[in-house]
Parts: sequence; structure tokens; C-alpha cells
Amino acid sequence: MKALRNLLDNIKPHVQKGGKFEKFHSTFDALETLFFVPNTTNKNGVHVRDAVDLKRTMALVVKSLIPALLFGIWNVGYQHFLALGVDATFWMEVGHGALKVLPIVVVSYGVGLGVEFMFAQIRGHEVQEGFLVSGMLIPLVLPVDVPLWMVAVATIFSVVIGKEVFGGTGMNIWNPALIARAFLFFAYPSKMSGDKVWISGLTKGEGVVDGFSGATALGEAASGNVPSASIMESFIGTIPGSIGETSTLAILIGAFILIYTGVGSWKVMVSVFAGGYLMGLIFNLWGANPLMEVDAIHHLFLGGFAFGAVFMATDPVSATRTEKGKWIYGFLIGFLAIMVRVFNPAYPEGVMLAILLMNTFAPLIDHYVVQGNIKRRLKRAKVAA
Amino acid sequence: MSEVIKIKKGLNIQLEGKADKIFGQADLPEHFAVKPTDFHGVVPKMAAKVGDKVKAGTVLFFDKYRPEIKFVSPVSGELVAVNRGERRKILEVVVKSDGTDAAEQFETANVGELSKEQVVEKLQAAGLWPFIRKRPYDVIANPEETPKAFFISGFDSAPLAPDYDFVLSGEEVALQAGIDVIKRLCDNVHIGVNNDAASKVFNSLNGVTLHQFEGPHPAGNVGIQIHNISPMNKGEVVWVAQPQEIVAIGKLFTEGKYDANRIVVLAGSEVEKKGYFRTKLGACISTLIKDNVKKDGNLRYVSGNVLTGTQIEDDGYLGAYHSQVTVIPEGDYYEFMGWATPGFNKFSVSRTYFSWLCPKKEYRLDANMHGGLRSFVVSGEYDRVLPMDILPEFLFRSILVEDIDKMEQLGIYELAEEDVALCEFVCTSKQNLQAILRQGIDLMIKELS
Repeated sequence: MKALRNLLDNIKPHVQKGGKFEKFHSTFDALETLFFVPNTTNKNGVHVRDAVDLKRTMALVVKSLIPALLFGIWNVGYQHFLALGVDATFWMEVGHGALKVLPIVVVSYGVGLGVEFMFAQIRGHEVQEGFLVSGMLIPLVLPVDVPLWMVAVATIFSVVIGKEVFGGTGMNIWNPALIARAFLFFAYPSKMSGDKVWISGLTKGEGVVDGFSGATALGEAASGNVPSASIMESFIGTIPGSIGETSTLAILIGAFILIYTGVGSWKVMVSVFAGGYLMGLIFNLWGANPLMEVDAIHHLFLGGFAFGAVFMATDPVSATRTEKGKWIYGFLIGFLAIMVRVFNPAYPEGVMLAILLMNTFAPLIDHYVVQGNIKRRLKRAKVAA
Repeated sequence: MSEVIKIKKGLNIQLEGKADKIFGQADLPEHFAVKPTDFHGVVPKMAAKVGDKVKAGTVLFFDKYRPEIKFVSPVSGELVAVNRGERRKILEVVVKSDGTDAAEQFETANVGELSKEQVVEKLQAAGLWPFIRKRPYDVIANPEETPKAFFISGFDSAPLAPDYDFVLSGEEVALQAGIDVIKRLCDNVHIGVNNDAASKVFNSLNGVTLHQFEGPHPAGNVGIQIHNISPMNKGEVVWVAQPQEIVAIGKLFTEGKYDANRIVVLAGSEVEKKGYFRTKLGACISTLIKDNVKKDGNLRYVSGNVLTGTQIEDDGYLGAYHSQVTVIPEGDYYEFMGWATPGFNKFSVSRTYFSWLCPKKEYRLDANMHGGLRSFVVSGEYDRVLPMDILPEFLFRSILVEDIDKMEQLGIYELAEEDVALCEFVCTSKQNLQAILRQGIDLMIKELS
């Protein structure tokens, strides 16, 4: 630790202004602050500050994603051997899952951070931490059989077009991870939907036991069948689906961490679930097709709904920034997600579209909340006068 | 008076080093200084020269654009230095005390017989006018304006702040005299007191309206109290002052002297003997801290509290509006993987560090920033520590884009820097919100005057 500090101190003069490698200032800075919280002190204004910083906050979100990641790794293996009809031990399943999932994670982080560093370098500002979270979110919302080069392309697209063109972390309009998914969904639909992509090995045509379908519950329902997975299975997550999205249980553990530490907004999470549940109930009453008849509670456990509610909708940058707005924003996401899912079976993943749509409208919601505040304050003036 | 106003939003930072209610002994220092930078918007023009003999109450400098606003020497002695900074900006006007009590004599007067103009004139002549400040903008009051009310906060809720009950005991007569003077300026005087404290001194005052407040910091900020009692709207003006300043005003009229005596609290984790000290405005802090601070590591000396105070050197001077000196560790160290540690010793409003396991603990916080400056990311943080019907983040954004209409609509008139200090404390992105607010206020003053 001391040696590392000395090493950094030795390099530092060379990368600072006027040094030989001045250009690499951002890169050095990012590495230095990764290992050491900088020694900068408050100059004017407050003399003491809260210990929390963006690194800590983002690291915490990544930690809260770990249950979903671990479950996803196991589930990939479990589904694989289930499809093959092979009896496998727990560790075989985990091993297979890890082999499939970890490369996606590595590619996502490697490529994404590479692009972030490049941009920081070009612009000469500090590397911001936003991608720490996006880099983990992207793998978790993809089907396991997605080719690695697609992961790389989608990541580049999301970082550049989804974030950096707006000015980096804190400036983006849409959730970068969802941009990556939406990009793949529309650019390579055959790799992002259907019956085969959700279970590793199926696209390569490995032998499958008779009668096994790799379709997700939503896929089944969309094609007019009653979903074969029970509510319990969907809650625990032993169903096919995107890597980290299947287990509502693991996601709720993450949600608990986010809410307890105060990092994620419970208002958004609760209202997304409330909106989705209400829409589900309305469709239950209608009951025109199997998708509408899916139990309202069951709807909340299917597809990426829970994952979107907990990890995507709560992204503070792309969500509404007023507290009142968060209720409206979340509710509409839940409401629209189920609506898109049911009305347009070609897009079973309504959550992604609902969140992106509401990201777009978040500033509008905020605008009305702010106007409300302004009007209330003006009214006060008249009363006083 | 019967109704207790409960402040729910806010935060008490549990800082180590609270002072006991005892008086410490320290000699008065040799040097005193008046710092023009303490007074927002004042362009100082010197009235005395280096080498001039001055008495307590002798004018040292005045505001170039409002010459009637004068700033006077706290002690008698000799003007020894005018310290300047960049572009010859005057930073400190230093007076070397001769140890005597020589003071300019002002006429004592029966306040009841004076008109508002005469009172203003007397206060200005004796250099006491700068202690009457106004909202909006938190600058020295303009005597031509008619305030709708005069507010005094009877308690300070900032970390390690002095206890006014203790500070003011024995000054009841002077305080009442000061209030009588204030009532000539504005008849509508409000004092906010802490519901948890006895507030004996304030309870015995005549001619004021008392309001009880309860809750965490910033409940003691006068801006928060105004917001809860009589919120400011466009075009309205409120004047404010602090209790010790009211005492000084009272003494001018009863004793005919400029009274620079202040009781300050010396606190903070790095102070050995914490306590209250009798000193004067602008005193050099060297005698207070001599052999009285911990030796290890660099120290940060703050005139005022850790949220709003000014950083000074170990031979720096007490600020004009301050009745507190805080000493904390400088914290200029690198912390290995600091953002990844469990952090039992780190104070945070969020529960991202495990320190939430021990809620009662007091922390030895230092001046380290604990991270780098980022753009706004986390939302809803500021709202939790600003007990006003204001959307702080949107106000800051409007200031950053210099949108004056929006600034006005979103409530810039109601805020002073001290009110947003807690927002700055909790900010994950380490934004300098007090500086941003002042930038907005300066812009308002420039554009609207």
C-alpha cells in the first residue's frame, strides 16, 4: 500500500500539467482515485463533508446486483442441463453458467470502461463512475447466448450515444444499460427474442430432450398458451430468461440493500410495482387472451419487470428528480410496461420500452412538479399581501 | 408563543469536541483585524492610514459606494497593516492594541425620543450598522428600505455552536436596550427560541414576539425561522441580527461606546481545553489556541462553525459575524481504497457505511472532501436537509444557467448560504453549493439594482 502510494507519487509529476505525459492525466487520475481517496480538502464552503461519494454509491449498486448475478449464473447452468435432459450437480451448473456469463461481464466492463477512459482523456476531465453500474447491468439484461461481439458493439453504442454525447454521467437522458439492450433488440432481433436464445446451447442446436421448449413464460403467453411456469417458479427464478432478470427473489434482496442504504428510491420501486399490478388487474377483468389472463401478481414476477423496477427505473439521472415526480414516473412505468407487454406480443419486454419512454418524459413530469411549487409560492405572496 | 414549530427536515452532525459551559482563561491578543471580506458586497475604502492611532470605535474604512456604512476598530491602538490580496484587494486591516480601553465617545441617548433616521445615523456613526443584515441576499441592510419584520434567532443549532443562554446571561439589560433600539427601526421584532432550552434571557424580554422551534439543524438558522413564521416574497425585506450584536447596539445607547466584546466558544475535536472565552471582535486566535490544541497532524482552524465558517491560519482573526472558533484535523491524507472500506468511523447520512450501526457516536471529522467533484447524480438528497418549501436542486440548476426568472420563482430570496450548507455537506457529488448560491445572489444584485 505504501509502495503503491510511492509509485503513484513518483509518476504523478509526469502526468500533471507541464509533465511529459500530460495527456494521460485523466487515466492516471482515475487509477489513482480508484486506489486512494484523494487528499483534497474543502477550501471554501463547508469544512466537513459526508463520507459518501459517487464511487461508494455506485459500488453499492453493484453489490446489490450480486445476488441477481449469482442466481443468474446458476440458473444459466440449470436451464442448460435441463434442456439437454442431463442430470447435473450444483457445481456443474454453476461452472457452466460461470463459463457463459463471466465472459459477457468481462466484455461489457472492458469495452465500456475503455470507451469511458478514452472520452475522459479527450475531454480532459475525470473518469466518472457511472459505468461501474451500467457495466454490470448490461450483461444481466441480455440473453445468455448473445454473441460477445454484440455485447461489445452494444456497450460502445450505449456509452457513446447513450451517455457521452450528452456530456457523461449525470447528463444522459436515457438509462445507458437499457440503450444497450434496446440497440440489440432492434438491430439483431433474432438474437434477442424467440425460443432459443434464453438457454445456453440451444442456438447451436445441441440436442434437446423431446417436448422441451426454451420459450420464456411471456413468449408462451404471447403465442397463446398459458405460461407453464408457476407463480412460485417465476418468483424464485428457475425459468428461462435474461441472465439476471429471472429471480424476483434475488432482485428483491438487491432492492432491500438499495432501499436500506438510501441509494435507491423506494418511491420509484413501490410505484412501479403498484402501476404494474393495477394494469394487470384491469387486464384480468378484461381477460381477452392468455396474456391478459396472467394473474396480476404473476405479471410482476415475469420477464424483466422486477429487475427494471428495482435497478433500471431507479437510476437517478434518467428518472425524475423531484420526490413527487418519482411517484408519477414509477407508476406510469409499471402501468405502461404491462400494457406494452400485453397489447403488443412482438415486444414481450415491455418494461424496457416503458422505462425508456418514461425516461424521455421525466423532465416533463419534473417541469410540472416544479411549476406546482412555483405556483404555490406565488399564491403565498398574494395571501400575505 | 404557545405553538411549537417543529422542524422535521435537517441534520445534526455529531461532531466530537463539544465545549463545556465554563469560561476559559486566555489573554487578549496583541493584534486585532477587521476583514472587509466578511461583508458581502462591500468595496472598502480606507479612512485611516497605517501608523494612525485609533481608539475603539474609530473608523478604519467605509464602503466606497455607501460611505455612510463605516467599519470601526474594535480596540484602541495603532493601525499597523493593511494586508492585501490579488489585485490589491484589501483582506485585513490590522490594529495593534495598546492594551488601554480608550474609546470614541458617542452621545448616550434615550431611544424613545429618537426618530428612525436618528437611530440609523447613530448606528452608522458608531460602526454598528454592518451588523444589521437583510434578507433577501444576506448583505448589510439598506436603511432606505422598510423591513416588514426584524428577526433574531435566539439559538444556534450548527455543530458545536455556542449556547446563547449561557453567553447572554448577565447581559439582560443591554439586550433589552438593544431590542428597544431595534424597535425604533422596525416595530415587528421576532425571536426564534429553542423549545428544548430554558431561554431565560429571551423569555424576559419586552416588546418582542417569541416563537418556539424544535428539531435538528438548521432550525436555528434565521432564514428557516423566517420561512416558517412569515415567508419572504418578492419585494419584501426582513432585517436580521444576532443576539450578541443586539447587546452591542444596546450598549452604544446606554454607555455611549462601541462595544466589541464577544463571548466565543472554542470547540472541535483537536482542542484540548474546550470552553467559552471572553474576547473581542476581530481578535487574533493565537492566544486562544496557544498550548491548547493537539499536536499531531495538520490542523484546520475555522472562524465560525464547520459548515459556514471561514478557514483561517493559526494566527488568523475572528470573523465579524462569528462567535465560534472550531479546530478540526485538516485531513490532507490519501486513504487507501477508502471508498471500499466498511467505514465504521465515517459519518454519512446514507447508510452506505456501516457507521449506521452506532447512531449515537460522535465523529472526529476532518476537512477531507472524501471524493471528487461530479455532476449532479443522486436526487432527493438536498430536500431532506432543507426545511423549506423550496426545490433546492432546481434552484441551483437555474443559478448555473443564470436564469434570473427561475431563480426568483424557485425561492432565491429566502435563502442565505448558511441555509444550504447542509445540502453541501450531504452532496454525493461534492458540489460547492454555498458558492453557487452566492454566485446567484451576486447576479441578482447586479441585474436588479
